[in-house]
Amino acid sequence: MTRILCPLLVGLVVITSLAITLTRHQSRKLFVELQALEQRHDAMNDEWGRLQLEQATLGTHGRIEERARSALNMTMPSVTDVIIVTD
Amino acid sequence: MVRRLSFDGRRRFVVSAFVVGAALLVWRAVYLQLTETDVLQGHGADRYLRTVELPAHRGTITDRHNEPLAVSTPVSSVGVIPSKLTQVRGRWPALARALGISGQELSAFVQSRLERRFVLLRRHVPPELAEEVMRLDIDGVELRQEVHRYYPAGEVTAHCVGFTDIDDNGQEGIELAYDEHLRGVSGSKRVIQDLNGHVVENVESVRAPQPGRDLALSIDKRIQYVAYRELKAAVREHQARAGSMVVLDTQTGEVLAAVNQPSYNPNNRKQLRAGYFRNRALTDTFEPGSTIKPFTIASALESGAIGVKTMIDTGPGTLRVGRHTVRDLHDYGLLDATGIISKSSNVGITKIAISLEPGQLWGMLAGLGFGAATGSGFPGEAVGRLQHYAAWRTIDNATLGFGYGLSVTALQLASAYLAFANDGMVLPVSLTRLPERHTGRRVMSRSSAQTVRGMLEAAVRQGTGALARITGYRVAGKTGTVHKLARGGGYAEDRYVSLFAGMIPASQPRLIAVTMIDEPARGEHFGGQVAAPVFARVMRDATRLLDIPPDDIAPLLPQNEQFLTRVHTADLPPVIRP
Repeated sequence: MTRILCPLLVGLVVITSLAITLTRHQSRKLFVELQALEQRHDAMNDEWGRLQLEQATLGTHGRIEERARSALNMTMPSVTDVIIVTD
Repeated sequence: MVRRLSFDGRRRFVVSAFVVGAALLVWRAVYLQLTETDVLQGHGADRYLRTVELPAHRGTITDRHNEPLAVSTPVSSVGVIPSKLTQVRGRWPALARALGISGQELSAFVQSRLERRFVLLRRHVPPELAEEVMRLDIDGVELRQEVHRYYPAGEVTAHCVGFTDIDDNGQEGIELAYDEHLRGVSGSKRVIQDLNGHVVENVESVRAPQPGRDLALSIDKRIQYVAYRELKAAVREHQARAGSMVVLDTQTGEVLAAVNQPSYNPNNRKQLRAGYFRNRALTDTFEPGSTIKPFTIASALESGAIGVKTMIDTGPGTLRVGRHTVRDLHDYGLLDATGIISKSSNVGITKIAISLEPGQLWGMLAGLGFGAATGSGFPGEAVGRLQHYAAWRTIDNATLGFGYGLSVTALQLASAYLAFANDGMVLPVSLTRLPERHTGRRVMSRSSAQTVRGMLEAAVRQGTGALARITGYRVAGKTGTVHKLARGGGYAEDRYVSLFAGMIPASQPRLIAVTMIDEPARGEHFGGQVAAPVFARVMRDATRLLDIPPDDIAPLLPQNEQFLTRVHTADLPPVIRP
């Protein structure tokens, strides 16, 4: 009985120890990958924030109004320019 | 004969000494391995493992259409390790030059912090500067990532949004009131570092950083901008000391715009006086004057003291109450309630007010929220003052009737006008976007509210508020011109607050606005001259922005018909010109 059991257990120990090393290695690798992805996520988030800011700064109402009036010569339509459609 | 020397004894002694020594070492090793593992491993880890803090983003503040009003973005701060920096004194001038400080300043800064491991030298530097400093490649100079808060709308929303300090803690306004909500929880992770403090490997995450939650305000940035532009222009034109304007959505009680003058740029707060930070629309109180008269009328209608057609003699334009004299600008003679409102007759309103039971008017005003917090939750919001009627004298009933002897904020006044706009119901006001409509609270009957709204319309159509008129819309509103309290007591003859409270479109109001101009100094000081035009200009744009259909299209139609006739007579194809 022990003659079969002993080598079997030894074999199992060898296999599990190898498996542990393997999973350890994999978990390290995955963690590094996760970190890299998180960093990318953060970088994209930062970029998005910056773009949002840029858009908001460029789209300031004061700036748009100024550009529309001076550069594009636009005016607010007066009451007489508006045509009202009624039924 | 050579004596054979026997070293057996010595050999045995040396060998046993080695054995004992080895046994001691083994025993020690086993002992340490078994009992002290944790401590020793910890000491070992200390040499290379570091816990690094991961900063969490503060939530974004947006307007009601998710336009950003306050955004956090990462910036670099320049830090130094004093112990390392002192070994490269030759590079100090270059560092000082790059940062734009003098050599002495840098030297003094480092010398006074020699015992510190790491100190931040210049915080929140522009990216180009950070790059330049790193290009110098000085031992002991490092960059640290921090976040900086930007306010893209700048001075337009400065008072509502508020600002944070350099460490991202809310200091004023919404940033302070909702600090808990916006603030993130920073996390940490363990890393392996080399001798120079560079991260070699990320080991594990201890705690993931939790970003703060976003917050949507009730503010509509477009209306806020229009209100800010017009208020600023008016305050400048009249050389006033200050000004405020509040715009409310009548259906939800949300604040669509709250602007003040003077304002400040929250992105650059150097050289600022504390008074510029105040959100005057919510924190500063004034006596509301004639803008209270509609509530007096409503109170009288509710109690049956007067009817719509009751005529009141306001001649000869003055009235003595106790030791005081109430005056009108002119002798208006016989007036009904509509006339009293549209002419803003103090004598007429006084006669009505003293005919009321003291508790009646007080109950109406208290029910409208005067003298109590609006519930906006804004830091430093004023509650105003409304004295309980038990302490009144006769004159108090009269003065209260035309808006003296109580003090209110612009927001309180706007929220009280909700009663006229919503057929007698008031709603709690809110500075944040509401997920659903609150249920209102009735403060006067539907018919009284509608009757008084008609009187307010008359005040704009043919009375003191004529400059608040907007072509195409029916406008209801009331002007107010209030003497400011003099420093030595009593009222100042030459210092005024100009007010206008109004709503549009009068047939079914969608917007309420209160404009307050403090001490106009260019001669004109009547609410109808100073504050009403601001209302008209802001509402003209606001109705267009919100697509509120005109409810008085008659003045708009003739041109339209002429144009159509022109098209027909010219026998052109029915194409509308661009």
